[in-house]
Amino acid sequence: MKLRVIGAVAILLSVIIASCQSEEQQEFQRYYNGGKIIYEQRCQNCHSAKGEGLSNLIPPLTDATYLKTNKAALACLVKYGIKETIITINGKSYEGAMPATDLAPVDIAKVLTYVTNSFGNKMGIVTSEQIDKDLLKCK
Amino acid sequence: MKKLTGALFIILLYTACKFNAADTPKLPIYGNRDTASKVVNGKTVIDSVYQTIPSFKFVNQYGDSITNKSLNGYVYVADFFFTTCPSICPIMHRNMLKVYDDYKNVSDFKIISHTIDPKHDSVAVLKKYADKLGISGNSWWLLQGKKEETYQLGEKSYLVAVKEDSGTPGGYVHQGWFVLIDKQKRIRGYYDGTDEKQVDKLRADIKTLLAETNTNIAQ
Ligand code: HEC
Repeated sequence: MKLRVIGAVAILLSVIIASCQSEEQQEFQRYYNGGKIIYEQRCQNCHSAKGEGLSNLIPPLTDATYLKTNKAALACLVKYGIKETIITINGKSYEGAMPATDLAPVDIAKVLTYVTNSFGNKMGIVTSEQIDKDLLKCK
Repeated sequence: MKKLTGALFIILLYTACKFNAADTPKLPIYGNRDTASKVVNGKTVIDSVYQTIPSFKFVNQYGDSITNKSLNGYVYVADFFFTTCPSICPIMHRNMLKVYDDYKNVSDFKIISHTIDPKHDSVAVLKKYADKLGISGNSWWLLQGKKEETYQLGEKSYLVAVKEDSGTPGGYVHQGWFVLIDKQKRIRGYYDGTDEKQVDKLRADIKTLLAETNTNIAQ
């Protein structure tokens, strides 16, 4: 009898966990798909469809180490653009300019979810709440 | 028997190829055209006169003076851009690099890119851009000159739109056309430089055009 109850509880728990996970998965997919559209409209001309950039003029978005180390600063880059800063990506330095955007925090979250989970990157969801926090720390 | 069918097959293939080669369509000639009569062997004949690219004078990324004469004997592709362009230029030059890679070692082919922002894009800025783009030598020239001359050349000769407009990103309106010019300085093709498929067509058409003009000269 006891065993049965434990079994039922265990099954129930695993169902709950599974459904939670799939909800998270759905949220991720929503951000990722929305981010793809924003990327195509706002970033792809410069960074290219495969995230490879353009020669030494525009950096690729494939440097997982750079993206991980600078994760909290990416929102500021996208919102305020980049000027007169030397950035080293995949061992090459870039000193181009990236324009500022008028994207809302939720859209920045979506496009960064797309970027950090494409082109060989796999960093998980970037939430809108996280972007709000990150934007407070922009220099 | 098997050998015989094999041989037949090869012969068929060969004739099919030959047939196709004779059928290769020539590229159209664009631009305004006029007729002119001239006297050949005592007879008056009517000739089509095609619009050609007129004389110009610019400097390239090395500071060398470049005129329309510098392009005598070359098939070339022209476009208009500026180095700080936030919109279509990166796509255009990502695509133009493919053309450059295909033909950079072909001695009678060139690419010229006119800056429409000569105030910012000095010779030094263009050289730096060329270096970062990864181009060297003389098969791709970035040309700088008087703004009015560049704009005139774009609108009246290459028949593409270029103008200043503070309302658009970067401050200029321009279209991403790649214009293909033959050795007689006639316009032979327009390709949307932001469209990979059209650029692939350009890459094929350059080959056709190089072959065509070469035979013309041999005749
Ligand atoms: C006009 C071209 C342009 C556009 C449009 C553009 N970028 Fe950039 N981006 C650049 C350049 C140039 C740099 C490097 C700046 C430097 O060298 O200091 C850069 C750097 C970056 C970096 C940091 C370096 C790296 O490679 O990881 C990220 C992340 C980035 N961009 C993301 C985006 C996203 C997301 C968008 C769209 C919302 C976007 N960019 C739109 C040109 C552009």
